[in-house]
Amino acid sequence: MSDIAGRITEISGWVVRARANVPLALREVVLVGTERLIGEVIALDRAEATIQVYEETEGVAPGDPLFATGDPLSIELGPGLLGGIFDGMQRPLRSLADAEGDFIGRGAQMPSLDREKLWDFIPEVEAGREVHEGDVLGRVLETPVLAHPIAVPPGISGKLAWIASAGPRRIMDAIARLDDGRELTMLQKWRARVRRPVREHLVPDAPLITGQRVLDTFFPLVRGGTAAMPGGFGTGKTVTQHQLCRWAEADVIIFVGCGERGNEITQLIDELPRLVDPRTKRLLAERSILIANTSNMPVSAREASLFTGVTIGEYYRDLGYDVLLLADSLSRWAEALREISGRLGEMPAEEGYPPYLSSALAAFFERAGSVVTLSGGHGSLTIIGAISPPAGDLTEPVTRHAARFVRTFWTLDRQLAGARVFPAVSTRSSYSEVPPGVTSWWSENVSPEWAATRDGALRFLEEASLIEETARLVGVDSLPERERYLLQLSSAFQEGFLQQDAYDASDACCAPARQMTLLETFMRARSEGLEQIGKGAPVSTDFAALQRMKTEPPS
Amino acid sequence: MTTAGLERRGLAELRGPLAFVEGVSGIAFHEFVDLVGSDGETRPGRVLSTTEKGAIVEVFGVTDGLQLDASRVRFHGRPMRFSVGLELLGRVFDGLGRPRDGLPPPACEERRTINGSPINPCRRAYPRDFLETGISSIDALNSIVLGQKIPIFTESGLAHDDLAMQIIRQARAPGVERFAVVFAALGLPRDTAERYLTGLQASGARGRLVAFLNLADDPAAERLITPRLALTAAEYLAFDAGYHVLVVLHDITNYGEALREISAARGEVPSRKGYPGYLYSDLASLFERAGRIAGRPGSITQIPIVTLPSGDLTHPIPDLTGYVTEGQIVLDREIARRGVYPPVAVLSSLSRLMSDGIGEGRTRDDHSDVAKQLYAAVAHVQRARGLASIIGVEELTEIERTYLRFGERFERELLAQAGDESRTIAQTLDRAWSVLRELPRAEMIRVRAPILEKYFAS
Repeated sequence: MSDIAGRITEISGWVVRARANVPLALREVVLVGTERLIGEVIALDRAEATIQVYEETEGVAPGDPLFATGDPLSIELGPGLLGGIFDGMQRPLRSLADAEGDFIGRGAQMPSLDREKLWDFIPEVEAGREVHEGDVLGRVLETPVLAHPIAVPPGISGKLAWIASAGPRRIMDAIARLDDGRELTMLQKWRARVRRPVREHLVPDAPLITGQRVLDTFFPLVRGGTAAMPGGFGTGKTVTQHQLCRWAEADVIIFVGCGERGNEITQLIDELPRLVDPRTKRLLAERSILIANTSNMPVSAREASLFTGVTIGEYYRDLGYDVLLLADSLSRWAEALREISGRLGEMPAEEGYPPYLSSALAAFFERAGSVVTLSGGHGSLTIIGAISPPAGDLTEPVTRHAARFVRTFWTLDRQLAGARVFPAVSTRSSYSEVPPGVTSWWSENVSPEWAATRDGALRFLEEASLIEETARLVGVDSLPERERYLLQLSSAFQEGFLQQDAYDASDACCAPARQMTLLETFMRARSEGLEQIGKGAPVSTDFAALQRMKTEPPS
Repeated sequence: MTTAGLERRGLAELRGPLAFVEGVSGIAFHEFVDLVGSDGETRPGRVLSTTEKGAIVEVFGVTDGLQLDASRVRFHGRPMRFSVGLELLGRVFDGLGRPRDGLPPPACEERRTINGSPINPCRRAYPRDFLETGISSIDALNSIVLGQKIPIFTESGLAHDDLAMQIIRQARAPGVERFAVVFAALGLPRDTAERYLTGLQASGARGRLVAFLNLADDPAAERLITPRLALTAAEYLAFDAGYHVLVVLHDITNYGEALREISAARGEVPSRKGYPGYLYSDLASLFERAGRIAGRPGSITQIPIVTLPSGDLTHPIPDLTGYVTEGQIVLDREIARRGVYPPVAVLSSLSRLMSDGIGEGRTRDDHSDVAKQLYAAVAHVQRARGLASIIGVEELTEIERTYLRFGERFERELLAQAGDESRTIAQTLDRAWSVLRELPRAEMIRVRAPILEKYFAS
């Protein structure tokens, strides 16, 4: 790795060409220049290799050395990921700050996982046994809320010649040996761009409750499913995502800040350690991982960050956990693809994006799933991709292509956001497939009336929005009493159900049963009100009470 | 291997602001060069791409009149640097950091590269200290905090210069004394730039002002350097000298156009409206240099000014700016036509860092309630106005007409203020309540009961 493998011949921004004197592989990680900047081979021809460098290349000159590593971009997997903050190529940002200071310098290399930390390893199998890929050898308590099974890496099986006794171990220490002499450690490496194997893919069918009324009730997410969340700037995308991180009922949360704002990531870094998980009463940091590649960090690392996140997600899925990954945002990631493609002089497709935008998005979303793991357990990886469509235009390529690969589509609406109705999820242009498993979950756990009530509410909202259009033309006062009433009720519904205040402790998370109670109350008010109007009686609906209900303790 | 002092006579090609040099090797990316024409004049430049056979140089200066054979390129062997120190305060530079005020270059010791390095997200301190501008529409509804980046989206002919200057003059924060202002003119007409300078210097800001002027007729390539010089100066003042620095970059639209010009000259594949695919990352490399760092006293607050081309919010420059910055203050021609200064469009403006910077102990306990209620009420006014324009005011219900009256008072009493009028946040919030009292108490649905009790009646 210290031998010079070639010479740099050309530098144009972070695209570098080099003439190698050893065979390089496509997607191999190489080190560029005397500062050993990290790069990845993205094209090869007989004469030269094209390399995207993950760091600023200022000062690199033709003639500078190139070093080969022989390895593709790989992610370190093992105890120590939880609570971590990594950049797009999994460099540990906290340790980097301790070593390098407040600004991220160049050429800094540091192992992703702490090599010295001791974990209390407890073996669960005995020597002499036959073990296969995915089999659990033992476990460590990674954090107080999450036990981390130590499994045989994919592709490995054999007879266990020796296993370590219970006691403190470092991640590079051997914890088991097979009879062919191979040693296993707690650290696994996996190629970021390759999906991890499972025994079987299941059809995602169970709801992933988020505590957000408009999402759970109307546009539910499923465990192992995929969602896209397009929203122009100022539509509350960030707050909505933070809410999902806090309240979604997943075991492990991975947030990939991909080309977004530094201060936003800092807010997450500040808040996550202090947030208390409502169910375990423990800190959220004990089961979350942040990938932070802000907009001013190198573009190539931004492109890699999604795959870094998803590989870690698959790893915890394979350990039998329900993982939720949020990527913010796919637009910034697609722009990274576009920048790289542009620098390579590739022929662009629509709006300058490369023709492979769609297949790249598919490669990302298809790594979600509900699975039977190699060891026969169950795990899931749910992916939510936020999209920042330019000019809020939902017909732009990233939104359009993402829509083809997701089952849940949450559109954030600028008009709702303008009126400060958050989460600004449009009930008209959002949609979600509701698999039978979701309906039966609600009817078994909450109320058998769920599906009927929800459908009724959706019809009511649709009717109200048609009335609103009419009202815009003829004025509210020209409407018949029934229509006026529905309009008034729908505005109370917007205020009292759809709008959910992330900063109000009593409203930030709404349990499914409570969602159903609120929904039923509104729908009952509707039938009663319409009945009274039908009879010519005065309407008794107390709109103010309906609006306040969500923040009042349930009676 | 350094190329410092290397000189090459003759160019292979000249295209707009780009010069192609052949027959030199080992030139580093972003290396700083001097291009000397047969006129003897030296034009600085920067290497945009480099191979074993030569380099493409972006020239900061007029390339008209240059010849291929008679031109010489001198390589410096290092990237462009700018000297920083407290001596910068009070000085005026041109777009390339050369003194423009007739004084010798400042005697600063430390030279820094101008691109900066990303702040490690783990070391940022989340901004939450309220910056009082004395302007009601900003302080009440789009509160700014120290370390935020928030652009003013405006159109030609609106009073953005006045607003920016008023913010600079009036900005204050409790307990903060060391304020500095870094102003970068990016392609501004001479008279606008001069107006800024005179206005700022007269206001007593002189000793804490650093200005960089790239004027409308200065070379476009230079415009890509100017904001980076300004931010390098700001980073020194904030993170080394402990100042709270307000950076005004005016006008980002000109900057974006310069980027497009250079990109086109290089023959790059264009993205939306001819702007290069890296417009977002490039803008981010400027705007992300705002913020605070844990354990260091200062801050950089950025107020970039973006002139919307034909008022279009969806144009790539404002659109991508909005995705990097933390909100936006939108000026509106229709409000300006009604004679309201500053013409801030309340509903399309937004400060993303507001909620953590306001409230008890920061501004006042009623601040977030007031802001939420005002948003809701102004949205209602807009609906009522829309309805009135169709069916006429007479046909409106009593409550709709009340909202119209509220809308009038909101604009006259809260939004509008004199260019030299500075209101404390308490004065602003009291005014807001006075205007809100135009509405019936039952309409105060966004105000918590105790707050309503405390402020609505009084």
